[in-house]
Amino acid sequence: MKNTQENFVVSPSAPDLTPEQKPGVQNEQRNPENVANLGRYLIVGVLFGIVFVKAEIISWFRIQEMFRLDSFHMYGVIGSAVMVGMLSIFLIKKWNAKTLSGDKITIAPKTFQKGQIYGGLLFGLGWALTGACPGPLYAQIGSGFLVVIITLLSAMLGTWTYGYFRERLPH
Amino acid sequence: MNFLELIRQPWPWYIAGPLIGLTVPALLIIGNKPFGISSSLRHACAACVPANISFFKYDWKAESWNLIFVLGIALGGFIATQFLADPNAIVIASDTQQDLAALGITDFSGLMPADLFSVENIFNFKGLIFFVFGGFLVGFGTRYAGGCTSGHAIMGIANLQWPSLVATICFMIGGFVGTLVLLPWLMGLVG
Repeated sequence: MKNTQENFVVSPSAPDLTPEQKPGVQNEQRNPENVANLGRYLIVGVLFGIVFVKAEIISWFRIQEMFRLDSFHMYGVIGSAVMVGMLSIFLIKKWNAKTLSGDKITIAPKTFQKGQIYGGLLFGLGWALTGACPGPLYAQIGSGFLVVIITLLSAMLGTWTYGYFRERLPH
Repeated sequence: MNFLELIRQPWPWYIAGPLIGLTVPALLIIGNKPFGISSSLRHACAACVPANISFFKYDWKAESWNLIFVLGIALGGFIATQFLADPNAIVIASDTQQDLAALGITDFSGLMPADLFSVENIFNFKGLIFFVFGGFLVGFGTRYAGGCTSGHAIMGIANLQWPSLVATICFMIGGFVGTLVLLPWLMGLVG
């Protein structure tokens, strides 16, 4: 794995921003996004949203079952998603697969910072209360649970507040 | 049983999980995009209220694919609920039902608990806790952690990134504490 990883372009990033915190840098995509591709992202999103609803991942109760260890469902979903994702990335690297437009596929590494601990714990608390990580929030709203719009707006406010205080927070 | 009846049933984890995992190569192959959803909240902030904060001063339009992707998720939620809905009530583990009933959550008929996620709760203490406070923690926590379940737990671990494993363990610890400690305490407060 180590050897194949070295073939990957590590995107430059400012020292104070981890790659995942610096959009636009992590993917060295020089071509402007074409409309056909935007349509493709929409379709992937639609399929993804359908899976979220049909596997009841958007259900507050499923998240409760997970954190009460009363059901294997969510562990099975996340675990098998990781396995398939891992195999996919392994094959993409092994075969040196290209994007549809022929560009090299690069994945920025995640840099450790203490925010992953503090922020992770805070997000976990929110996950238990709202029964949703960000993805299901969108699917819940689409499913007609319109009160979740308040949750989404508050999540935006939370993200904004993080941005406002970012330099004063331990990382 | 015809095909429509079949897909209207709840999908098991071994169908749903691999399909979610396939989102990772799909986004990489379409346009070299890393799977991640919480970033959309940041892009929305950068687009709507950047307020001269350096964290929101970047070319969010270059990341508009992510906003379109989450729009698709909402649209997919609409399609699944309108056309593919399971006619039967959701089946919830009896242990979870008992635990929640002890906290005053007794309506198990929908995907979301009607005791909490109803319009009349928007302007009361329950709404403040479950929508406003809960949502704030999700938005603040994911950005502080640099990703959510998709960006860290799935994309990050799939790419063998140990910081993502640390983040995911912390998501789970927070979730257990939130469910077993914070939720009973808050439900006691709201009565």
